[in-house]
Amino acid sequence: MSPLFEEIIEEPASADVPTRRVAITVNGQRRVAEVEPRLLLAHLLRQGFKLTGTHLGCDTTNCGACTVLVDGKAIKSCTMLAVQADGHEVTTVEGLASMSELSPIQEGFKDEHGLQCGFCTPGMMLSATAMLAENPNPTEEDVRWALSGNLCRCTGYQNIVKAVLWAAAKMRGEEPSHEGAA
Amino acid sequence: MTALDEIKIGGLGASRRRVEDNRFIRGKGTYIDDIVLPGMLHMEILRSPVAHARIRSIDTSKAWEIPGVRLVLTGDMMATRNLAWMPTLSYDTQAVLATDKVRFQGQEVACVIADDPYIAKDACEAIVVDYEPLPAIVNPTQAMAPDAPLIRDDKENQADNIAFHWQVGDKEGTDRAFAEADVISKISLHYPRSHPSPIECCGSIADFDRATGKLTVYLTTQAPHIVRAAVAMVAELPEHMIRIVSPDIGGGFGNKVPVYPGYVMSILASILLERPVKWIEDRTGNLISTGFGRDVYLDGELALRRDGRILAVRMHTTSDHGAFFGDAQPSKFKIGLMHSAFSCYDIPYAYLSATGVYTNKAPGGVAYRCSFRVTEAMFFQERMIEAAASDLGMDPAELRRINLVRDDDFPHRTAWGFLTDSGQYGRCLDVALEAIGYEEFRRQQAQAREAGRLLGIGISTMTEPLGAGNSREYDILGIKMFDSAELRVHLTGRAILRTGARTQGQGHETTWAQIVAHELGIPADDVLVEEGDTDTAPFGMGTYASRSTPVAGAAVAMAARKVRAKARKLAAHLLEVSEEDVEWELGRFHVRGAPDRGVTIQECAMAAYANMPDGLEPGLEASAYYDPPNLTWPFACYVVTVEVDPETGVWDVLNVVAVDDCGVRINPMVVEGQIMGGLTEAYAMASMQFITFDAEGNCIGSNFMDYLLPTAWETPGFELHEVVTPCPHHPIGAKGVGECATVGGPAAFVNAVLDALKPFGVRNIDMPLLPDRVHEAISRRRDVSGAPPVRTD
Ligand code: FES
Ligand code: FES
Repeated sequence: MSPLFEEIIEEPASADVPTRRVAITVNGQRRVAEVEPRLLLAHLLRQGFKLTGTHLGCDTTNCGACTVLVDGKAIKSCTMLAVQADGHEVTTVEGLASMSELSPIQEGFKDEHGLQCGFCTPGMMLSATAMLAENPNPTEEDVRWALSGNLCRCTGYQNIVKAVLWAAAKMRGEEPSHEGAA
Repeated sequence: MTALDEIKIGGLGASRRRVEDNRFIRGKGTYIDDIVLPGMLHMEILRSPVAHARIRSIDTSKAWEIPGVRLVLTGDMMATRNLAWMPTLSYDTQAVLATDKVRFQGQEVACVIADDPYIAKDACEAIVVDYEPLPAIVNPTQAMAPDAPLIRDDKENQADNIAFHWQVGDKEGTDRAFAEADVISKISLHYPRSHPSPIECCGSIADFDRATGKLTVYLTTQAPHIVRAAVAMVAELPEHMIRIVSPDIGGGFGNKVPVYPGYVMSILASILLERPVKWIEDRTGNLISTGFGRDVYLDGELALRRDGRILAVRMHTTSDHGAFFGDAQPSKFKIGLMHSAFSCYDIPYAYLSATGVYTNKAPGGVAYRCSFRVTEAMFFQERMIEAAASDLGMDPAELRRINLVRDDDFPHRTAWGFLTDSGQYGRCLDVALEAIGYEEFRRQQAQAREAGRLLGIGISTMTEPLGAGNSREYDILGIKMFDSAELRVHLTGRAILRTGARTQGQGHETTWAQIVAHELGIPADDVLVEEGDTDTAPFGMGTYASRSTPVAGAAVAMAARKVRAKARKLAAHLLEVSEEDVEWELGRFHVRGAPDRGVTIQECAMAAYANMPDGLEPGLEASAYYDPPNLTWPFACYVVTVEVDPETGVWDVLNVVAVDDCGVRINPMVVEGQIMGGLTEAYAMASMQFITFDAEGNCIGSNFMDYLLPTAWETPGFELHEVVTPCPHHPIGAKGVGECATVGGPAAFVNAVLDALKPFGVRNIDMPLLPDRVHEAISRRRDVSGAPPVRTD
C-alpha cells in the first residue's frame, strides 16, 4: 500500500546522528517521518506534521496541554517518544471536527465559555473526548476527575465541566442544558 | 421601522459567544511557538545553577564545536554592544547576560543559537562556567542584616541591600488617633511569593531584515507598544523600523508585561546572524526567572473605638524584590498601590511606610492578576479587619458594615488620597450574607463545634483601583497611561476596530465589537477586532491591571461616538434636513418628528464613500485616545465556608459566594468567566500555590510537580451574584473586573479556615494554608508564620 504521502523531517544534525523511520496514522492520514529516537511525539506533531494545535506547557507531564489520543486513549504527547507511536493511531485537536462540522465537545466549549486564552483547550477537549467514549453519562465529579491531569489558569474549570456535560448530553441525543454543573 | 434589539445585534449586555473561540477550539490559534519563519534558528538559554556567585570564567569552546551551532552569546559579548544590562520598568537595571556575578538561581549566563532546539540545548550543556560561590540572601531579614553581603555591587552609590524606602499618609494624625484608641489590633503577615504561570511560557521570534532595516519581533507580550519603546531605547534602533507583534497569548496574568533578557538576546542574535531567531522558554525557566508576584511582609495596626469604628490604620511593608527591582508599576509609587488598602472603609487617618530589599531571588514583582500590589493591599486589609473583629469580640460582618463607606458618601476621599466614586457596599454585603445563609451557618457552626467538627466562614469585602491611569499620576517609564482605539467603517457598513490593548484570553475580539454595536447599532458580527501589531494598532499601554475595559474600552466607545458624529452629517445630507433636525436611535438616524423618514448607519457608511456632501471629507473613521479622569472602583464581597479536619489539617471548601459590582457588564458571560478564573487563583493562593527557597537560594517550585496549581478536582464550585452601580465617569458605565476575585478572594478563604480554628486560639496562619501548617496550628494551639526565621548566627 502506498502512503498518502511521504514526509521526511528536515535533517539538520550531522550524519552520525541515528534516525528511525516511523509511520503514524494522524487524524486518519498515514504519515511517515524520519526521526531522531529522542524526538518527542509532541514535537513531531507540531514541528514535523505542522499540527500546532497540540501545545506544550511544562516539561514534567503535569499540565496536559499536549494531550492527544493514541488509539483512543488520552496521553501526554510530551512524555511519549515519536518512535513509540510508530504504527499507532493518533488524534489531535485538528482531528476533532469533521470538515466544517464541530464535534459536540468543541461546540460545548464554545457554548459554555469553557475557554479563555485557549492554550489548555485542545488538551482539555481531548481528555474529555477520551472520557466520554468510556462514560457517556458522567457526573460532575467524573468530569472533574477525568480532567484532573489538565491544568487551566484562566477559567477556574467550572465552565469546562459544564462544557463537557453539555457535550455528553448532546451525544446522548438530549437537549444540552445550560445548568450543567453547579 | 422597528427598533433594533440591542441584545440580538450583540450589543451591551449580550452574552455573545466568543469569536476567538472559533479558531481556538479547532487548534488553529497562532501562539508564539506556532510561528515558523523561513530560515529560522532556535535559541536556548544557559541559566545559573546557583543563587549568588562570582563568575570566574565561561568556556564556550565545546559548544561551538557542535554541528548546527550558529552562535554562542555571553555577557562579555553583550557588553561590547552595551547590551549586558537593560533598564527595568522601575528605573533599576537588570542583567541581560551575567558578566560579573550571578545574583539568583536561574539567571541567564549564556545562550546558544542553533539549527534546532535540541542542538541548542545540547550545546548549552557543553558550556563550562566556573563559579566562585558567595553566600545567598533569601529573605529581607538577611538582606537588612548589618554584615550582609552586597548583592548589587554593580550599582554606584549602593552600599546596602535596600531597593527603596517609601512612605505615604498623615503620620502625625495617625499617631494621634492611635493614642486615643480604645483598642489597638496588631497583626504580622506574609503574602508569599507566587508565580502567575500562564500555561504558555514566554517566547520571542526576532527577525531582522538587513535589506529593509526593519526588525520584526513576535513576542508574548501584554503590552506591545511599551516593548517597542523599550527596544527603541535599549537597542537604539529607530522606532519606526521596529514592529512588535503579539500573537495569540496563552494567558498572561502580569507575567508577560516585563521585557525579559531572552527577548533581548534573540533580537541581538537575529541582527548578528541576519536570520529569524526563535526562543521558547521552558517551564522551569519561566518559574525561576520571570516575573513573580507578591513576597511582601506586613506589620499592620488598627486603632479602634470599642464600638468598632476604625480611627486609623498604620502599615509597614517589607517587600522582597529579588536581585533586580523589576516591578512593573507607575514610577511614583514604589510599592505600587499598596495605599489603596482600606479604600472601602471610612477611616480618617492612615500611614504607610514601605521598605523594599534586594535578595538573591528572581526579580519581578509583577502585578499578578492585579493592579500593582493591590492584591497584597486587600489581603492585608481583610486579614487586619478579621483580627480586629476577633480582638473586639465582634461579629466580622458587623465590623465591616459599621465601617464601610455609605452609598450617599460618594465621592469619597480615602485617607491615602484616592477618590472612590460609586458603589453600594452595604447592599453587596447583604446579598452575599443572604446567599450563603450567614445566620443559619453560624448556628450550624456552633452545633458542629459541640460535636468536635470545625466549620468556618470567611468574608472579604473590598474595592480596588482598576484601570490605570489617569495620565497625571500613572505612567510606565514616563509614558502616560492612556489608551486608544481606531475604528474604520467600510462602505458596506462593516468595520474594523484596532486598540492599543492586547487580549490574552479576556475576549476583546468579542467584547470590543459589542461596544461598537452599542454605540452605532452595527451588529457585533460585522466588526472585526485586531490588536497586538504595533505597525497597525494605535499606541496604547496594553492589557494588565484590569485596565482594558476602563481605558481601551472607553476609547472604543469614544471612537465610535466620533464616527456617529460624522455619520450624523451624512444622514442630514441624505435626509435633506439640517443636522439639528436629525435624531439618533440605535443603528439609525431619523428626522425629528418623523420617525419613518430615516437612514441606517449602513446607509450613512455607503454615503461616506459614494455620496458625500460637498465640503465633507470622505470616509467614515475615527480614532480616540482616552485618558480616564479617574480609576474605576469595582466592589466585591466574597464569602467562603469550609470544614477543617482536626486530625489532618486538611480543609474542604463547602461554598463560595461571590458578589461583584463591576458596573455595567458588556458581556455577562465573559465577566463571569473572569470572576471564576480569579476565584480559582484566590483558592490556589490560599491553599497551595507558593514559591519558596532553601537557605542556599535554590528555588523550591521550579516545575509543576513542586509548584502546585489546583486542578479541576480540587477547585471548588462558585456561586456568582451581581450588583450594578455604573461607573459615573466611564462612557458606558463599566468598571474593571478581571482581577477582583484574585485580589479579594484569598482573604475570604483564609478567614474561613481561621474562623474554624477559633476554639484553638489561633489568630493567623500564613498562606498557603497547607495541611501541615493547619495541623500544627491546631495541635500546638498557636499561630504559624510563613516568615523566615530570624538569623541567630
Ligand atoms: S506539556 Fe505539560 S504535560 Fe505535556
Ligand atoms: S483557557 Fe487559558 S489556560 Fe485554560
